[in-house]
Amino acid sequence: MSRNELGNGIKKGKCMLTCKQASQLISQSLDRPLSFTSRMQLRFHLFICDACTRFKQQLNQLRSAVKRVTSHTENDSSIRLSKEAKTRISNSIESKNY
Amino acid sequence: MAQNVNDWLNEHGDYLYRFALARLRDPHQAEDAVQETMLAAIKSNSFEGESLARTWLTGILKHKIIDLQRKQIREQPLSDLIDLDASDTSMDDFFDKSGHWIDRPQEWDMPDSALEQKQFLGILSECMEKLPSKLKAIFLMRDVHEVENENICKELDITTTNAWVMLYRARMGLRKCLEMNWVTG
Repeated sequence: MSRNELGNGIKKGKCMLTCKQASQLISQSLDRPLSFTSRMQLRFHLFICDACTRFKQQLNQLRSAVKRVTSHTENDSSIRLSKEAKTRISNSIESKNY
Repeated sequence: MAQNVNDWLNEHGDYLYRFALARLRDPHQAEDAVQETMLAAIKSNSFEGESLARTWLTGILKHKIIDLQRKQIREQPLSDLIDLDASDTSMDDFFDKSGHWIDRPQEWDMPDSALEQKQFLGILSECMEKLPSKLKAIFLMRDVHEVENENICKELDITTTNAWVMLYRARMGLRKCLEMNWVTG
């Protein structure tokens, strides 16, 4: 029996999170400090649930990968503002100014 | 003045465009952002000294990027933006009725070689481009532009709960897209 199934087997009281709820809290923890209760509930859930532990790891990996892809795009000298785009921009500005 | 714009475009255009593209993940919007920046720059008299032109233009560009993202989210009616009631089924792909994962998250085989890394980042940027536009905008504001959640809510005039839900959906969508397109370990 996987840890997750074991977790599901425990009778659900109000303090037991589902994976859906746990995943929401994991995402929110990237945007705000969780309340003490939520933190405890989440910690307990993660202790018994491999899937959500992996999800948490994935969100962290995602966040750092998004940072890498941002700096990759910023520094990729093959990405250029095309000549046409430059002309479009400069024409549009002239038409607005004169 | 127009001469200025052409000089700026030639010297800093590519840099500004890449900066905008990295944060907007949309070539048309990135071009718009550069255009708006140039327009604001020639209207403004605050700039002195050519040496800091890039820093100054980038500062303007940052505001223009946020403006575009705000517009993108605000132009949609709120009811369309987010639906928090019980009939919401957007997470049905991920969880069953009792709240368990339908497809359990897999361990990701993160790239180590330079080539793999490039492929991975390519897939990730495609996944980001494919997000629904509103979710993309708020996700980019938060995780790329690193705007604090509180300020996102102020900028977009949405509740903190709405912001959490949208960020959650964006992240769920991205990880699903990555899981489908990147070989997992």
